[in-house]
Amino acid sequence: MKGDSLLLIGRRLLQAAPVVMGIIVVTFILTRALPGDPAVFFAGPAADEKSIAEIRASLGLDKSWPEQFWVYLQNLSRGDLGKSISTGQPVMEEIATRLPASLELTLMGLLLAVAIAIPLGILAATRPNSFVDHLCRIVVTIGVSLPTFFTGLFLVYIFYFLLGLSPAPLGRLSIIHISPDHVTGFYLIDSLIAGDLEVFRAALSQMILPASTLAIFALAPLARMTRAAMLGVLSSDYVRTARASGLSSRTVLWVYAFQNAMLPVLTTLGMVFSFLLGANVLVEKVFAWPGIGSFAIEALIASDYAAVQGFVLAMALMYVLLNLAIDILYTVVDPRIGLEG
Amino acid sequence: MSAHLRHLRYVMGENPVTLFSFVLFFLLLVLGLFGPWLAPYDPLASDTANALKPPSWAHPFGTDNLGRDVFSRVITATRLDLAISVAAVSLSFVAGSVAGVCAGYFGGVTDKLISRLTDTIMAFPLFVLAMGIVSALGNTIENIVYTTAVINFPFYARVARAEANSRREAGFVEAARLSGNGHGRILLFHMGPNIMPPMMVQISLNMGYAILNAAGLSFIGLGVRPPTPEWGIMVAEGAKFIVSGEWWLAIFPGAALMLAVLCFNLLGDGLRDLIDPRMRT
Repeated sequence: MKGDSLLLIGRRLLQAAPVVMGIIVVTFILTRALPGDPAVFFAGPAADEKSIAEIRASLGLDKSWPEQFWVYLQNLSRGDLGKSISTGQPVMEEIATRLPASLELTLMGLLLAVAIAIPLGILAATRPNSFVDHLCRIVVTIGVSLPTFFTGLFLVYIFYFLLGLSPAPLGRLSIIHISPDHVTGFYLIDSLIAGDLEVFRAALSQMILPASTLAIFALAPLARMTRAAMLGVLSSDYVRTARASGLSSRTVLWVYAFQNAMLPVLTTLGMVFSFLLGANVLVEKVFAWPGIGSFAIEALIASDYAAVQGFVLAMALMYVLLNLAIDILYTVVDPRIGLEG
Repeated sequence: MSAHLRHLRYVMGENPVTLFSFVLFFLLLVLGLFGPWLAPYDPLASDTANALKPPSWAHPFGTDNLGRDVFSRVITATRLDLAISVAAVSLSFVAGSVAGVCAGYFGGVTDKLISRLTDTIMAFPLFVLAMGIVSALGNTIENIVYTTAVINFPFYARVARAEANSRREAGFVEAARLSGNGHGRILLFHMGPNIMPPMMVQISLNMGYAILNAAGLSFIGLGVRPPTPEWGIMVAEGAKFIVSGEWWLAIFPGAALMLAVLCFNLLGDGLRDLIDPRMRT
């Protein structure tokens, strides 16, 4: 059975290959679909024919598309995503230094959403038409309709301006604090490693509003799926059998129903993560969060193409990785998969 | 047909939320069509003497930093916001239906190609892909429409494919084929009407997402240019004033956006109940 699982995981890894290839082809097309001639763009306004031709040759743009694609692949394999025009640094480096900030925020939002959505969905499913059920329905309906940037601004208004409970929405740490030594890049973890509770508290207080904004957004699909899956499972034959056999309602709920209901929720989690990576960009703008989302927005406004395409590629690869992780988790969690193979 | 109407009335009576969404939809339609004439002030006229005034009887939603009436701007913006998302959704509906029906009906290589295409689009976080496409195509309103259409394409293609696939061998399709209809005719007149109901549900469920997406793009400064009234960009402009307490600049356009999305989401749920009561959650 163990071998079967490993085989399935291996097969799943192979299935990801064409998806990754598709992503690379699309980002290649996006980099080559620039409006106008990129060589003219890179050469600047003062360039003459000759220097444009030189730049075209140095960028490899005088070659055929398949050749260009080959060069693009070679560059990618070396981790070379080109240079950002606005900062002059390699795009790869820019993304790598900003990634922890975005990842910490996104994961925190996801964690918060899961921590609220799953209990809410379960309570709603076990008590149909109760107060919790109606609350769940309202949260789900409003949650999917709220634009993330609107939620963020609304929270800032209430908790910063009116109540004065949270710090100004300006990044990961207020200027009076010094960022902790870089270990993981996650301020919450790094400050704990450094044993600096003051910084930990400061980082957490900066994090709460943006993470809640993301959580409100991610909550709705998760709660909806948990409730639906739980309802489906609770009306199934094996739960009826378990009940009839006299098992306690707690055992039936947690051992029989919950584990099976979590499978579709796990699948939804992947989709929610995709939404979160997009919503993250908007939330970073609202809270001046120094992550890759803010970087991408600046790059977009400055027509810094290499940076934008690097960002798109990085996000897509991250999403593929997460989906892989979820699928592997799925094979581990779902007892049926190992038996069928 | 009258049975449909009776069912409609039954669903409406059963579910006041759906009725509410229909009323909201009608309101949006009126504002979208007649907004410029209904707005009490010129949405572009600035009046610096009256800048940043909180909501009052004269200005129900207050005035912005240039003294423009936020209420008039929110109303006028309805048309542009709806136009962008309706155009985008129509494009992805047409392209997605054609591609999906062909994939489901013909199967084989056609199916493989189209499925690979939809899978590749879905492999990206969609909003991020939208940012990438806008940056490659250029920063204009038309490109926002095309981009929104591209990222919504897979939803339609997948539904159409599944529906067509399940009807491929159906009696009425076989009958149409035997009586000498070509593939084109079968797809258009026999398959088409049959996959319409689920596609309509998909449209109204997708509309809200399209609006959110387009507004998100304009919030980060893509597409619509500043003086133009549009909900996303109005929230972005008002964001600077939130920290100093002038909440009405951002909150009202944001609330309009939310209501529009809410309206289409509820409408989608209601339509689904109407068409397929088993899907009710």
